[in-house]
Amino acid sequence: MSGPEGRQAHVVLRGVTRFYDGAAGTPRVHALGPLDLDLWRGQLFSVVGPSGCGKSTLLELIAGLSRATEGEIVFEGRSIKGQVPDGIGLVFQEDASLPWLTVWDNVAFGLRRRGAPAGEIRRRVDDALRLMGLRDFATAYPAQLSGGMRQRVCIARTLVLQPRLILLDEPFGALDQQTRLLMGDEVLRLWRETGATIFLITHAIDEATMLSDRVGVMSARPGRFLEVVETGWPRDRDSRIAGHGDFGKLTAHIWSLLREESLKALGYGPAFQ
Amino acid sequence: MSMVAPHRRRRQGRAGDIVLLIIVLGLIWQAFYQVAGDVALTPPLATVGYAVGLMSSPDFWPNVRATFAAFGLAVLISVGAGLPTGVLLGLNKLAGDAAEPVLVALYSVPKVVFYPVILLCFGIGLAPEVAFGVVNGVLPIVIFTTNAMAHVKPIYLKTGRAFGLTGWQLVQTIAIPAALPEILTGVRVGLSLTFIGTLLSEMFAARAGLGHMLINAMQLNSVPRIMSLTLLILVFAAIVNTALIVVEHRVSGRGAEAQLDGAG
Amino acid sequence: MVLRAAVLGGGVLLLEILCRLGVIPRFTMIPPTAMAAGLVALLRTGSLNRDLFATFTAVATAVGSSVVVGVLAGMVVHAVPRVRRVLDPLFATYYAIPIWAFYPLFIVLFGLNEIPKIVIAFLYSVVAVIVNTLNGLDRVPRVLLKMARAYRMGPLATGTTVVLPSAAPFIITGVKLAIAYSLIGVISSEFILASRGVGYRLSFAYLGFDNVTLYALILLLLVCVTTINQVVYAWEQTLLRRWGRR
Repeated sequence: MSGPEGRQAHVVLRGVTRFYDGAAGTPRVHALGPLDLDLWRGQLFSVVGPSGCGKSTLLELIAGLSRATEGEIVFEGRSIKGQVPDGIGLVFQEDASLPWLTVWDNVAFGLRRRGAPAGEIRRRVDDALRLMGLRDFATAYPAQLSGGMRQRVCIARTLVLQPRLILLDEPFGALDQQTRLLMGDEVLRLWRETGATIFLITHAIDEATMLSDRVGVMSARPGRFLEVVETGWPRDRDSRIAGHGDFGKLTAHIWSLLREESLKALGYGPAFQ
Repeated sequence: MSMVAPHRRRRQGRAGDIVLLIIVLGLIWQAFYQVAGDVALTPPLATVGYAVGLMSSPDFWPNVRATFAAFGLAVLISVGAGLPTGVLLGLNKLAGDAAEPVLVALYSVPKVVFYPVILLCFGIGLAPEVAFGVVNGVLPIVIFTTNAMAHVKPIYLKTGRAFGLTGWQLVQTIAIPAALPEILTGVRVGLSLTFIGTLLSEMFAARAGLGHMLINAMQLNSVPRIMSLTLLILVFAAIVNTALIVVEHRVSGRGAEAQLDGAG
Repeated sequence: MVLRAAVLGGGVLLLEILCRLGVIPRFTMIPPTAMAAGLVALLRTGSLNRDLFATFTAVATAVGSSVVVGVLAGMVVHAVPRVRRVLDPLFATYYAIPIWAFYPLFIVLFGLNEIPKIVIAFLYSVVAVIVNTLNGLDRVPRVLLKMARAYRMGPLATGTTVVLPSAAPFIITGVKLAIAYSLIGVISSEFILASRGVGYRLSFAYLGFDNVTLYALILLLLVCVTTINQVVYAWEQTLLRRWGRR
């Protein structure tokens, strides 16, 4: 199947649902779905939704970190069944840098597990460090770096394996607004340089609108897509796209979809308008 | 589906686990007995029998009284001196920082090193036993209390000041209640160590007390007596410690366990 | 740092003065300088060597065995939550129990040799190692385990390259405690009843009214314990500072 501009489907979700078993004696929780989704190769796709709607669950299903209760997930033509396939990179919200390794060793971590030859490891790690602007910090330990820099270490560590699909779970959640905007520009730059497909979860609507080719708007739990919004941005963009005429309209549209869902998620009744 | 509330089910589960633990330990004990024989051990049930017999023998209770006289007095002094000292050191940053390394260093020195000094100072009898108990017990109380007071979250104190509380009011209504769980832990540890210290001192040089009975039994080579005494001492220590842990949980839990089940 | 040295120095000076003036009778305590002189003399004669060796090997054996057994046991218990739940009350009460109550029993079982005190020291230390290992394994951040799965690492690779390094600071705490407890276990046992060792010499000196030897030994123990603590503490601090307090 091919999508816009003849793109190939990189990841296909059909009828994906996730139930969690409740604690002893309680009914099971319907966390997500049923969902249908097509991720087109090389596109940047964001998901926004109210808290608890299952965004992170969706990411973990696509990554293979957990299994769908019903439905199918197909990545590069092969079905994902609770195992992380080759070619996927993950960046988490919490700091996943390894405190006992230097920045250099952190970035080399995944590559070393592969058993690649030493020369190639050195080359690829140096490239990744240069790409993320971390070359001067190669011998530092994560504890000596700021939160944003540690997150860049984690991104570099993922990039070094040259993944074709990169999944980011609220990667900038722990950072302040201005750092977030700059990190968003970083993501766009990497996206252009690597040509990977990017799937990003965020609760910040402006961030989603700014960064994405398409934004999936999710309902409150159990999460389903209310709408997938096309931004139509040029590939060559950065955070200053916020000045574009359509930016405000798109953000307002997404918020109008989300506002009610957010109220539901926060536990406010229909009387609160 | 059970109708019992979750936390009550948990407590029943815990009681069951403790029974299981005791049974398993008893079985291991029995197995050791099978291997080692009468010359070395007495089996669990027989030991319980001896213990009961011990408790009705005429020389037992005077010794118990001796041990508890020393222990009780040592506890009173440890807590009475340790708590206020800890509070003051915790509140005064300079004093606390200066004292901390000394206290921590003392904590890891085998207190037995000081025992001859104590004997030389206090002679023989009740006094050195109490002193040794205090030396063992007062340190953890001071250290834990100092830490607890020093680590009261600043946001609690800010809140208190925002309500116009000052000085001793702040300490009384905010700092001490906030630090209470950790203080109680220190008291529990201190009590345990005081008991161990009292017993140790009796084992070395005393005319009466449970420790003295134990060494006596060893010199008489009476395995049943050694084992039943040991069992009684262990059971006593375990019960007191568990009771204190329950108290501690009551104070530090304070509703934290009853988390509302909500959306993530 | 300076304040601490000043307080310590001041205390020692005060003791020296009080002893020399006779306020503290010779019968009770000798001046610190005499303690130091006595220690040096004693070490020179070499009469202490056999006991130093006995105590040192006993402590080392206890520490080594309790750390190895403790870490392994900790890993096993952590992997089987049911076992952990059952053992929990034992761990909570363990250090309230006078472990020396077993000493007479062990002497009857093994004889008056090195074994009873090593067993006591081992029993005293091993649970501290287990509890701290459990603590460390508990505190491995979940995100690191997710990361390991994201890199498709198997359980052995995850255990050795992610879990153990992450738990290392806590395991080190356990090792520190094992050293302290083994020392306490061995010396206290030797003091109560033994045929050799520093604790034995200590009680022998006391019973023989030999204050010079007595205080020389006390000084020796204080110096050794403080040195060991400082070394371990310094090493631990470098590690913690490098890794940040996770």
